[in-house]
Amino acid sequence: MTGRRFDLRRALVGLLEPLDPILLVLLCLLLGYSFTLMASASPARMESQMINSAVAVVVMWVTARLPIQRILALALPVYLIGVLLLVAVAVFGETSKGAQRWLNIGVARIQPSEIMKIAVPLMLAWYFHHREGAVNARDFVAAGILLVIPVGLIVRQPDLGTALLVAAAGFFVLFFAGLSWKLIAPVAVAGIVGIGTIVGFGDRICQPEVDWVVLHGYQKNRVCTLLDPTSDPLGKGFHIIQSTIAIGSGGLAGKGWRDGTQTHLAFIPERHTDFIFAVLGEEFGFVGACLLVFMYIALITRGFVIAMAAPALSSRLLAGAVTMIFFTYAFVNMGMVSGILPVVGVPLPFISYGGTALVTLCLGLGILMSVQRARLTTQKT
Amino acid sequence: MSFDDPEQELQHFRSRLLVAGGFMLVCFALLVARFGWLQINRFDYYHTRAEDNRIALVPISPNRGLIVDRDGEVLARNYAAYTLEIAPTHFRQADALFDQLASVVEITPRDRRRFSKILDESRNFDSVPIRIRLTDEEVARFVARRFEFEGVEVKARLFRDYPNGSLASHVIGYIGRINERDLERIDARDETANYRGTEHIGKVGLEQSYEDELHGVTGFEEVEVDAGGRAVRQLRRTPPTSGNNLVLTLDRGLQRVAENAFNGRRGALVAIEPATGGVLALVSSPTFNPNLFVDGISTQDWNALNTSPDHPLLNRALASANPPGSTFKPFMALAALTTGKRTPEQAISDPGYFDFGGHRFRDDKVGGHGVVDMYKSIAFSCNTYYYRLAADLGIEQIAGFMDGFGLGSRTGVDLEGESSGVLPSPEWKRTRFRRVEQQKWFAGETISVGIGQGYNAYTPIQLASAVATLAADGVRFRPHLVRYVEDVRTGARRVIEPEPLTRLPLAREHVDFIKRAMEGVNLEGTGRRAFKGAGYRVAGKTGTAQVFSLRGATYREKQIRERLRDHSLYVAFAPVDKPAIALAVLVENGGFGSQAAAPIARQVLDYYLLGIEPDEPALPDEEASDEFEPTPAAGAAQ
Repeated sequence: MTGRRFDLRRALVGLLEPLDPILLVLLCLLLGYSFTLMASASPARMESQMINSAVAVVVMWVTARLPIQRILALALPVYLIGVLLLVAVAVFGETSKGAQRWLNIGVARIQPSEIMKIAVPLMLAWYFHHREGAVNARDFVAAGILLVIPVGLIVRQPDLGTALLVAAAGFFVLFFAGLSWKLIAPVAVAGIVGIGTIVGFGDRICQPEVDWVVLHGYQKNRVCTLLDPTSDPLGKGFHIIQSTIAIGSGGLAGKGWRDGTQTHLAFIPERHTDFIFAVLGEEFGFVGACLLVFMYIALITRGFVIAMAAPALSSRLLAGAVTMIFFTYAFVNMGMVSGILPVVGVPLPFISYGGTALVTLCLGLGILMSVQRARLTTQKT
Repeated sequence: MSFDDPEQELQHFRSRLLVAGGFMLVCFALLVARFGWLQINRFDYYHTRAEDNRIALVPISPNRGLIVDRDGEVLARNYAAYTLEIAPTHFRQADALFDQLASVVEITPRDRRRFSKILDESRNFDSVPIRIRLTDEEVARFVARRFEFEGVEVKARLFRDYPNGSLASHVIGYIGRINERDLERIDARDETANYRGTEHIGKVGLEQSYEDELHGVTGFEEVEVDAGGRAVRQLRRTPPTSGNNLVLTLDRGLQRVAENAFNGRRGALVAIEPATGGVLALVSSPTFNPNLFVDGISTQDWNALNTSPDHPLLNRALASANPPGSTFKPFMALAALTTGKRTPEQAISDPGYFDFGGHRFRDDKVGGHGVVDMYKSIAFSCNTYYYRLAADLGIEQIAGFMDGFGLGSRTGVDLEGESSGVLPSPEWKRTRFRRVEQQKWFAGETISVGIGQGYNAYTPIQLASAVATLAADGVRFRPHLVRYVEDVRTGARRVIEPEPLTRLPLAREHVDFIKRAMEGVNLEGTGRRAFKGAGYRVAGKTGTAQVFSLRGATYREKQIRERLRDHSLYVAFAPVDKPAIALAVLVENGGFGSQAAAPIARQVLDYYLLGIEPDEPALPDEEASDEFEPTPAAGAAQ
């Protein structure tokens, strides 16, 4: 009898062995928060979100068990397949009047741009891994090209939100690999000047006859809506107006779970997906919002610690970039819902309803755990 | 920038990580500052706004445009009815609510099933219908007790209705509830705001292809709501703009006669006005009742339609490509005249077969047709004449000529789901097959193509368009169903102009000769039984397409024999001197063209040109044969 109990315990330990306990605890807290909000915002979707979470956790466990070298070895094929799929989308993809994002593979429709959120940093980390010890300026050019190809294809779909996320993920690898400040600074300055122009001259450049050359009409609309939400009260402007009211009226401690009037009188659109943070702000107030921000900071800090201690250049870059992906998601989403960034379709990581993003994020967690395991094993030996 | 020393590299990485960490903290601090600003500094303001957020913006969905035929007969309309609805936020236990409601209004198990299905697919916060089409009595009963049901509301909604039932269902299509995929499409067009409040969207047919015209612009009203979310007072209203009406080129009477003529047999008919390309009738038989789809089709109905071996949901007129059989011959003959390969008088002696490359291609008629010139080759459908002609023309020339008639490419009709069919050519074969040995074009394949068999595959609408082009002396129009789009408020009409796609360089005397020969088909040739005593001059051509394989559902043994019969085809236009209508008829497994398809064409033309209402469906003429001989003494039809 004792032998059997011993086996059971060992099995349990074996099951948890590949998982980083700190990340695991943080994930559980975030998912718990998510379910709490879901029970208020959209109880009918609880069940399917639990299934999504289960799938995502399995993906994370499988990834975490893989040695990091194995994961890195997948970089090139996954990247190439991803790029090929993006090309396939451009050629055969289902155009739904204007945007071509989906590829129908018979059984299901897939969105290859989602794969690239992980595949791009993986590929770049793999590239620098092969150049370890001899990285020079030319490598940054090559890595830049590897980054620009998928981002360009996604921009062309057009899907600016995803393109920005993929570009950010790739950029962080370059940044951690030591991209010169001389190159970063001008881009940052240009960005600040550009945003300044839009904010400063919003009235003039939002006139309908002004064509924004690089951006599509609907993207222009989203930026203009941010500047003047009342210009589109039934559409995107409505989202921003109502989510700001929801957050603001939450006050310090919130109106209480399931007592959000904005939420329950149905003023918040997409309240279980991209705008779930408005529900949080309304029902749990400033305290609840800061709690979430704190959870993210803890998650990101843990990611940085893992990156800092990683034994090889490639896993350092990968861990750093993956961690920054979490940051980008969280910042862009909360910024959008609270009205300081334009509306782009980015979910709140680990909180929003939806399986695809959750699986991608948990894949990222799995990679971090795999990096961490590699360090533990090297220490033991 | 190169790091040869790993230690130095690590140091550098760590400093970068610190920068990133700092950046992250600054960004999050910015967010927290924003939250503080909204939730602490401006709390009073937003608190009041939320309290005052008794003002709801309620979208008012526009009336969907009507669809009427060329004479204004209604094909699709709306009617208002009361529904019982609930917002998904207002309940947690659907079953309990339903049991409670059942004491007030009748709720069937189907209503429950539909409710849970719609709830699963529901978008965000739209209210979900519990019961539709309440009677006045039920509305009164519910309103008296409505305080018991928080969040449940009676709403007046518009429903789509197709008053003619299954008539022209493949043309009109139907609307259905907006699903995830429709939502993505709406979102991609940035129409999300305009579809707030809209529950249905065109799924098939004109309802789908003219969705933008039919939908209209959503209005909205600002209303004051009580704590339960119910509207108490209207503050401001921006009225919706109704969708535009579609006025079709279709003739409802003709469509009905054509559909009845099929009597449920599988097949298709397309009738086109040669001078404009306007579609007068478009039949795909069997058909279905589009009203079934409007509120979400029940599982039984769906299974019945979807698994039927007759595939009623398939629009055969647009999507079913078949060999044209002998209806191809007039076009082959015209190609011969145009290229100068034949004169009308040149005759061959037909022994009943044609030897080519060691293979014997046989005529339908054992012993042959004797001396055959071009007129006789069309009127009596002589294969041997065309075997030889095909060999002389060669596949490139055939393909080049037929392409001018639009065969093998989509006609561009204003409905979705059109197949392109196959215009065989060596180039097509190279792209179609992967293995090199399959890619080679064999000269023998040209011979079968010459009589409309082999790889040839055209949809009924392509055939109809090609015949209309011939009737219009080589001017080809884009077939279209909508004559004009009408603005409901202003009455302004936007006419869909007939669009000549090509003007084929054909010689007048060649076209006239072919028309005379096609008239001969009905006077003395293969179509003469079907068109005996017709009160107008009519040109036609029978066709019989070989069926090679069975596809799709499983068949019972008895049906297999039936489904191995040839497809019956017929093309025609009339009156010969000034064509008002051109058509193509396909009857699947109908046998010879003269047996099943020609009698249908006769009824349709009789109705359109003379106004004769048929008493019964076009019965198949089992006596008729495409091998029919001019002299009754020699008529040994099989």
